[in-house]
Amino acid sequence: MSRESMEYDVVIIGGGPSGLSTAIKLKQLDPNINVCLLEKASEIGAHILSGNVFETRALDELLPNWRELNSPIKTKVTKEKFLFLGKNKSFSWPTWLLPAVQQNHKNYIISLANLCRWLAEQAEGLGVEIFPGFPASEILYNEDGSVKGVATQDMGVDKQGNKKDSFEPGIELLGKVTVFAEGCRGHLGKQLIQKFELDKGKDPQQYGIGFKEIWEVEDKNHDEGLVMHTAGWPLDNSTYGGSFLYHAENKQIFLGYVIGLDYKNPHLSPYDEFQRFKTHPAIKKIIEGGKRISYGARALIEGGFQSLPKMFMPGALLIGCDAGTLNMPKIKGSHTAMKSGLIAAETINEHLKKNKDLSIFENKFKNSWLYKELFEARNVKPSFSWGLILGIIFTGIDQILFRGKLPFTLKHKHADHETLKPAQEMPKIDYPKYDNVITFDKTSSVYLTGTNHAENQPVHLKLKDPELPINYTLEKFNEPAQLYCPAGVYEVQRENDLNKFVINSQNCIHCKTCDIKEPSQNITWVTPEGSGGPRYGNM
Amino acid sequence: MKILVAVKRVIDYNVQIRVKEDGTGVVTDNVKMSTNPPDDNAIEEAVKIKEAGKATEVVAVTVGEEKAQETIRKALAVGADRGIHVKVDGMLEPLAVSKILQKVVDKEKPDLVFMGKQAIDDDCNQTGQMLSALLNWPQATFASKIEVKDNTLEVTREIDEGLETIEINVPAIVTCDLRLNEPRYASLPNIMKAKKKPIEEIVASDLSLDVSPRLEQLKVEEPPKRKAGIKVANVAELVQKLKNEAKVI
Repeated sequence: MSRESMEYDVVIIGGGPSGLSTAIKLKQLDPNINVCLLEKASEIGAHILSGNVFETRALDELLPNWRELNSPIKTKVTKEKFLFLGKNKSFSWPTWLLPAVQQNHKNYIISLANLCRWLAEQAEGLGVEIFPGFPASEILYNEDGSVKGVATQDMGVDKQGNKKDSFEPGIELLGKVTVFAEGCRGHLGKQLIQKFELDKGKDPQQYGIGFKEIWEVEDKNHDEGLVMHTAGWPLDNSTYGGSFLYHAENKQIFLGYVIGLDYKNPHLSPYDEFQRFKTHPAIKKIIEGGKRISYGARALIEGGFQSLPKMFMPGALLIGCDAGTLNMPKIKGSHTAMKSGLIAAETINEHLKKNKDLSIFENKFKNSWLYKELFEARNVKPSFSWGLILGIIFTGIDQILFRGKLPFTLKHKHADHETLKPAQEMPKIDYPKYDNVITFDKTSSVYLTGTNHAENQPVHLKLKDPELPINYTLEKFNEPAQLYCPAGVYEVQRENDLNKFVINSQNCIHCKTCDIKEPSQNITWVTPEGSGGPRYGNM
Repeated sequence: MKILVAVKRVIDYNVQIRVKEDGTGVVTDNVKMSTNPPDDNAIEEAVKIKEAGKATEVVAVTVGEEKAQETIRKALAVGADRGIHVKVDGMLEPLAVSKILQKVVDKEKPDLVFMGKQAIDDDCNQTGQMLSALLNWPQATFASKIEVKDNTLEVTREIDEGLETIEINVPAIVTCDLRLNEPRYASLPNIMKAKKKPIEEIVASDLSLDVSPRLEQLKVEEPPKRKAGIKVANVAELVQKLKNEAKVI
């Protein structure tokens, strides 16, 4: 195969908070280090989706003067609320009774996509070469097994795999160090974890699916700086999840819902739980009369400390949520992702200058506040496997009384794809019809994401066994891909009295949920042609 | 032969357009922008003609704000040789753009000017035609095939009845249709090389032109929402509704 290659000191995969922080820090440490950064989206920020209430700790370290650099961090958190929802009632939990990690008065309501766009400007200003629209699709190895770099996706290949007239072969990007910062369930990160057994001795990783909508609401319903979270309805006691509702600038509300992907009922539709949640009187009154302007969804990491893989390997580092640095009880992963990027940059600088092994990452990580934070947060998520109520009681004891210092660590017992129970054993859920005012169908939601994949390209959602969805998954689990996919990619269609599994891959919004939740791990998400996927604005 | 290609920065065709609440325009903050799609076809065709040895230079020109330079960089990455950026803030009407392009043509003296048949933001479909009139050059609009001959062009145009083939003298203006070709991808090494290609910057106000708007925009609003359909029980009810409610039969 003849591919051109380009050499850099450091190749970074992914233009999210961790990758961009690595790039900026490297250039600060030594402007002569050549850094390039690949991003699969058509522009930086277009595949970023997050709440987001932002803690500035890592940014204060990276760019202490960020306030003077016209950053998009403007809306300070002014008020907080935590509600327990019953079907029609809500009960407000006093904020002084919230664990310190869930208090946000020093934080800001931001759009993470806009923060990334701004970080990219800072990085480019320092000489980082950023290439949006170029997904890294393949890891390249040296003869000794160490990571040599990545290859970008071939462009202009048709559905059958033939080269079109516009065919443009991928490029090999070779780095002395390659940094993988693809975000949750990165498809190369997944391969690295397997190949280098980075998760050896760790608990299985835990994930959630997060939805977000942006609403423009009436003046009277808007209270800029107000942060609200809810637990309870519409989820039952045994399903982990909750909502966020942030009053951002410009009369916008960032409204979202997160559901743990360890849910058991194959009839559960995360999308419909989110839609239904909005009909609760306490929520509806805020968005009523407003207009939904954005929609999106993305898987997120929930495993934390117990599931965090080793983050270094020969020739490469795995950082941010590609490894899994999100702090679950804080419901925040941006500052931790950024911090892992800073540690990565310091590690690489010493590696390049003093020829130190990349394993020095481990010590730097262990001595950082990031490690302390993740360690103290470790028992919250697993305690919710006992249900919402016991989880809350335990979390109160663990986080308020002991501040995360209890002398034991709870385990995550199962991977998320193992938790579904057979469809026949579980209750069906009757979701209400969409009213097109507060709740919407998937098609009109996906339309808002602006997602697109160039026509006639190979399907980027690969089935290991193409017969399995109909022959096994449909009968046993009612093919839950139809429900867990937030973009309507998967359908079971009836044709001539036969069931057919259809993959509408052009709808995909790159959330990676199918790759995580498919009970037989039969679906593998790979990179589509560059620039494909959603075009998120200020998500 | 020298080809000048005009490119415009517009909201990406995949983005759902949102009208500003005050009705003064559409939201462009934090919105993905791209090159106007038929302008990509125009660049591709010019580069192909050059690759076939029938042109010596392809120059990309854009008129717009600072960030419009992205469209020039993209044109350079797919084969244009150099760029010209006429800087101006805010939106210009087609007549103003044509006047600016006329100045650029006077200076560059190209043999051909290519551009997209229309821009997907304002859908005016006027700039090529107006430039043709200002220069008094022949024009071929909606080109779906271009053949370069000695001092003439044979252009196939998409029209309502089918295809029309015309021959025009050079110098000429050609506006390009999406069916003209399949634009190539910008490869990573070519994007790198494009960063080193020259872009000349001209400030529009230095051209002493009257670019003031000729139109007054009253209001921008979203198209009305389609009402939900209804189900009828039988043909009789359908006929009755078509007759009495829709009043179409």
